[in-house]
Amino acid sequence: MHRNRLAVAVGAALATLVAGCSGASQEPAPAAQSSAPAGPVKLTYWSWVPNMDKIAAVWNEAHPDIQVTISKQAGGDDAAAKFLTAAKAGNPPDLVQAEYQMLPSFVAADALADIKNDMSQTKAEFSEGIWGLVTLGTDAVYAIPQDSGPMMLYYRQDLFKKYGIEVPKTWDEYAEAARTVRKKDPKVFLGTFSSKDPGAFVGLAQQAGAQWWSISGQSWKVGINDEPTKKVADYWGGLVKEGAIDGQPYFTPEWNKALNDGKLLTWPSAVWGPGVLSGNAPNGKGKWAIAPLPQWNAGESLSGFWGGSSTAIAEKSPNKAAATQFATWLNTDPQALGLLVKEGAVYPASTKGGGLLGEAPDYFSNQPDFWEQAAAISAGARGFTFGPNVNVTYNAFKDAFDKAVHDKSVFSDAVQTMQETTVADMQKSGFQLTQ
Amino acid sequence: MTRRRSGGARDAGAVPYLFLAPAMVLFTLFMAVPIVYTAYLSLRRTKVSGLGLGKNSRTEIFVGLDNYSAAITDGELWAGWLRVLGYGLLVLAVMLGLALLFALLLDSAHVRLARFSRIAVFLPYAVPGVAASLLWGFLYLPSLSPIRQVLDIDLLGTGAVTFSMANVAVWGGVGFNMLVLYTNLRAVPRTYYEAARIDGAGEIQIALRIKIPIMMPAIILTTVFSIIATIQVFTEPTTLRPLTNTISSTWSPLMKVYRDAFVTGDLYSAAATSIVIAAISLVLSFGFLRVVRNRAFGEG
Repeated sequence: MHRNRLAVAVGAALATLVAGCSGASQEPAPAAQSSAPAGPVKLTYWSWVPNMDKIAAVWNEAHPDIQVTISKQAGGDDAAAKFLTAAKAGNPPDLVQAEYQMLPSFVAADALADIKNDMSQTKAEFSEGIWGLVTLGTDAVYAIPQDSGPMMLYYRQDLFKKYGIEVPKTWDEYAEAARTVRKKDPKVFLGTFSSKDPGAFVGLAQQAGAQWWSISGQSWKVGINDEPTKKVADYWGGLVKEGAIDGQPYFTPEWNKALNDGKLLTWPSAVWGPGVLSGNAPNGKGKWAIAPLPQWNAGESLSGFWGGSSTAIAEKSPNKAAATQFATWLNTDPQALGLLVKEGAVYPASTKGGGLLGEAPDYFSNQPDFWEQAAAISAGARGFTFGPNVNVTYNAFKDAFDKAVHDKSVFSDAVQTMQETTVADMQKSGFQLTQ
Repeated sequence: MTRRRSGGARDAGAVPYLFLAPAMVLFTLFMAVPIVYTAYLSLRRTKVSGLGLGKNSRTEIFVGLDNYSAAITDGELWAGWLRVLGYGLLVLAVMLGLALLFALLLDSAHVRLARFSRIAVFLPYAVPGVAASLLWGFLYLPSLSPIRQVLDIDLLGTGAVTFSMANVAVWGGVGFNMLVLYTNLRAVPRTYYEAARIDGAGEIQIALRIKIPIMMPAIILTTVFSIIATIQVFTEPTTLRPLTNTISSTWSPLMKVYRDAFVTGDLYSAAATSIVIAAISLVLSFGFLRVVRNRAFGEG
């Protein structure tokens, strides 16, 4: 009886299946008849700029035939990993916000489209140095620059007065000021060295004149352990070791609290700093100010870049032309740049973007010439070519400097580890290298 | 009726397979195929030529067991295993010990507020691992932590960090294991205890001589599950990592897999390492079962 019941059930199931099949075959598929109407091109864009959806809405309003949908990302290394994984899986977004240092990795993974056609006009909108970051020094164009992150020194104006410190002009003065602060109040640090933020270290190394990667002919040269980088590393290593500078990472709740409570007096950071400070240290409103980074040699006015990003188009996107059109509008059109500044709190990479920055950020109401200062600092900022395995180098930075900060060991040894890890990874992959 | 009966007899060979089909299809799609694909990836590698920037400058090549030998000879992976071993012993002992203790206490005759206590012990299990790690992470940070105001220990320092992570795992895991053991205890006929009491046994003796031996299979089950979970420790160290400089990106073997696959973009090494990890988990779990089988189930 048991078996019988099973047979009935199976028979019924089969009958349904057969009926279903025959039913389907009687109705012609509706899609086959109508020819596809030329509906609007739909683009997806991964970005972590605040309010990017509002900016895209302005574009969508004016361009009914190209509709852009924003997918908000977390940003940072995770966003890069996510894009690489999506590209490898074959379903990346059409457009992606890409930090400059990640572009070579994306290009090496064949994830980005070369959009060099029709770029002659766009190119004129950007400075040589910034444009070089999206061409990687080749004939191709892999992205359109969006924002840049020239570095400057954020400092607590009120507490500098309280402790009787002058704004340091050189790194020697900065070190002296760090010692003074410790003497006046052992609970307070002038600054901290973060072993979690390779981007910040890159900016400081660039200021000193580092060249981590370079291309000569068909081969890469890796110089992470060059003299400028080792000098920067040992400078901070010395300060951490003698206890003049703290060793806690940036962007932790602990760090927020220290900033908020006035236990940390400076932050060498990029032009996007106001967004972080206003969110993480609301108590400091009107108390922070910016100055140029301390210099290695008195009288210089050099800086480096921490972060900054571009808009890139995925190689697998079926609508590259439309995507390029949107990316060009977003990063060069005065209306779009105005929105980026106002809604997205972005420091535009475009040369005409600087003129759009009028009033100082609310948080810096005590420094009305905030943007003029930033523009002056930005003029002296220098970058370098990034290599195809920045992610490996950055990860090596975190692990090596975590250990160095914790053990208070020699920081240039950590730089050496980064160099060796990076070279070993490139060799393993088969990149052509010169010594 | 007869016709149907004969039809049923004829098709009987296929019927079980038909009923198994959904499970088989799901198993194939979501278990077998990914495992085979991982094994396939683990035998390959990308090879770059020149600068690696132009089109087609990357090709995927077959490298045999290279990735495996690299994974096995990587000192960092074994250092990771050592760290996880220390962490695992700590978690297993404390978590299962507490789970057993709570289960026995809840089952004892004199318990008060049983419902409330059961839920209170179980509740942390309902908190997702990431949330729990963040929550504890904030409690470990010096200037935020109320613990630090009483206790002057760097809870995220080199020595303490393993204990701090184990604490998160124990906090989250005791409830589940307690519930498994407790449910098992509730199924024991109360007459056993009555008999024991008539023979003059106290609560402690009942627990040691009757309850624990009866629970043995459940204890072993929870131990095996906990061993597997500990080998795969990932959430706690990954979530705490941004807060401290004492946890490296390769602290546990699974973190190394994540780093290789998603940070440094080497899916092939990651595939090989995950297969090595799977093999070691198998050996450890089955090894444990083998050792305890005779004691627990060998009466028959």
